[in-house]
Amino acid sequence: MGKTLAEKVWDAHVVHRAAGEPDLLYIDLHLVHEVTSPQAFDGLRASGRPVRRPDLTLATEDHNVPTIDIDKPIADPVSRAQVEALRTNCAEFGVPLYSLGDAEQGIVHVVGPQLGLTQPGMTVVCGDSHTSTHGAFGALAFGIGTSEVEHVLATQTLPLKPFKTMAITVEGELPAGVTAKDVILAVIARIGTGGGQGYVLEYRGSAIRGLSMEGRMTICNMSIEAGARAGMVAPDETTFEYLRGRAHAPTGEEWDAAVAYWSSLATDDDASFDAEVVIDAASLSPYVTWGTNPGQGLPLSADVPSPDDAADEVERVAIERALEYMGLKAGTPLRDIQVDTVFVGSCTNGRIEDLRAAAEVLKGRKVADSVRMLVVPGSARVRLQAQQEGLDRTFIAAGAEWREAGCSMCLAMNPDKLAPGERSASTSNRNFEGRQGPGGRTHLVSPAVAAATAVVGRLASPSDLTAA
Amino acid sequence: MEKFTSHTGIAAPLRRSNVDTDQIIPAEYLKRITRHGFEDGLFAAWRKDPQFVLNQPEFADATILVAGPDFGTGSSREHAVWALQDYGFAVVLSSRFADIFRGNSGKGGLLAAQVDQSVIEQLWLAIEANPATQVTVDLVERQVRAEGITAPFEVDDYVRWRLLEGLDDIGITLQHADEISAFEHRRPAFAPVTIGT
Repeated sequence: MGKTLAEKVWDAHVVHRAAGEPDLLYIDLHLVHEVTSPQAFDGLRASGRPVRRPDLTLATEDHNVPTIDIDKPIADPVSRAQVEALRTNCAEFGVPLYSLGDAEQGIVHVVGPQLGLTQPGMTVVCGDSHTSTHGAFGALAFGIGTSEVEHVLATQTLPLKPFKTMAITVEGELPAGVTAKDVILAVIARIGTGGGQGYVLEYRGSAIRGLSMEGRMTICNMSIEAGARAGMVAPDETTFEYLRGRAHAPTGEEWDAAVAYWSSLATDDDASFDAEVVIDAASLSPYVTWGTNPGQGLPLSADVPSPDDAADEVERVAIERALEYMGLKAGTPLRDIQVDTVFVGSCTNGRIEDLRAAAEVLKGRKVADSVRMLVVPGSARVRLQAQQEGLDRTFIAAGAEWREAGCSMCLAMNPDKLAPGERSASTSNRNFEGRQGPGGRTHLVSPAVAAATAVVGRLASPSDLTAA
Repeated sequence: MEKFTSHTGIAAPLRRSNVDTDQIIPAEYLKRITRHGFEDGLFAAWRKDPQFVLNQPEFADATILVAGPDFGTGSSREHAVWALQDYGFAVVLSSRFADIFRGNSGKGGLLAAQVDQSVIEQLWLAIEANPATQVTVDLVERQVRAEGITAPFEVDDYVRWRLLEGLDDIGITLQHADEISAFEHRRPAFAPVTIGT
């Protein structure tokens, strides 16, 4: 019987296999940031162990860096201590680091792909659950905890239990105005925040093949919100074209050898998945979340649900609690919900294509007076490219704030936060209670919906706008 | 890591589903660079509510957390495990755990024991009726016991072995150092490196 993409990548990385033990897998790329690494480096120091492969390790500063005044010392002393600890650790252990102010600094999951370090068939880990992003290249990529960070630093391997595989097949053509973000929000609403637990998801079907690498990254990024540690898309011409010529992509004969190998990775026709979900692309429309977990999403045209709609008692309580936290009434049309903040950015939607989509909507329009809009590029490189394309001028002319690169308001570890009771439309990945600041309320949306919402002041899609 | 064989203590009922790691410990507590002292961040937002279960004096000494389904979803932060341990918890019981949280628990020595939701419901009723109820989580027998309740729990065999033996993962892996080196010689020439190109 044939193998799935995920099984092929797994099998190609087994260092040690024995009955009753997890497989020991080799890790091709280990990305590191300031939040989940200090205790891991401390562990190495305490046990006198070196970093086995600094040349397969890359660090960047992203989670708590400021997005203004980056030429000045970080104001928050605790954030500064964490960033400084990363700098000291990387220097001591020989790990390359892109610091604040460097042209390659940015969110780890934006930096790896744009440097060409994330390639098909690789194993990629990082102490961050959105490492699933890199699966868009046909890599097996997943988030790990700090103990595992230490383990990979010390051994370049991880002991892992086999996973199950789930095919998410999105067949057909996406209607106009429906983006990768809408697809993944719809998938999560369908299978739930626990639906992917224990699985690696493989996104398949003509709608997925039709997506750019940026779109595929958005989808794989939020696999974790469906409960799966990893999501993957089989590499194809779109993947190869994205990689060709990037700083760390192979060249010459090695490129040819790599493409030949990458082309062999797609799931075999006679392989079978442990589970399969099929979604009709034509049935999708712009999605938005109304509640406090990413599975609580609906088409923008829908109304806020009622606890009476729940299938069971656990869900009824969850809906009730979410409505209370979000300050929403059952039956309110989602389009009537007013927001005061719009955030465009994050490892989900902070890439160049996302900024283009938001700018396209804002061109010739103004952000509503009642709305503060933050645009935070996913990396310094994305920021530069956007400026070359003039996107920054569109954002600024519309009244949005054009910031420096980082994780920013996605998780509010830096000064970019919602105040208690404030409501955002956010292109990020989590609408948990307090995620964007204590008491803040988050509606997850695509970049196009975020921009349209900024103009209208209520949740809206570009189709709601009159001609600019 | 200390060996874990069996644990008996007071259990706190957390009647919530989808308890994500942002609730277990908000991001603002993740800026520390130490490995201990995260107890003040545990459920920081919820603990501001005087009615929250952990603010009830009868559960002040709880060492077992009995939670709703899908515990530990969201961010991979291992601080969630550390915060639970620093606060005094040795065991979390739930009918379903998020994968990363479950993995982190095993590594840190916190037992994430999976039981049927019906067992969770029975435990909630028992400990709410009598908060002093002693609950035993026996890793050797894979059993949860309290007055009138005996139920099996699921835990990964390998994690169970490591917890029972108190073994450190890195030490186990480095026994295979030769195999790691051999694998490195087999890696394709086109595989990228982060230093140079």
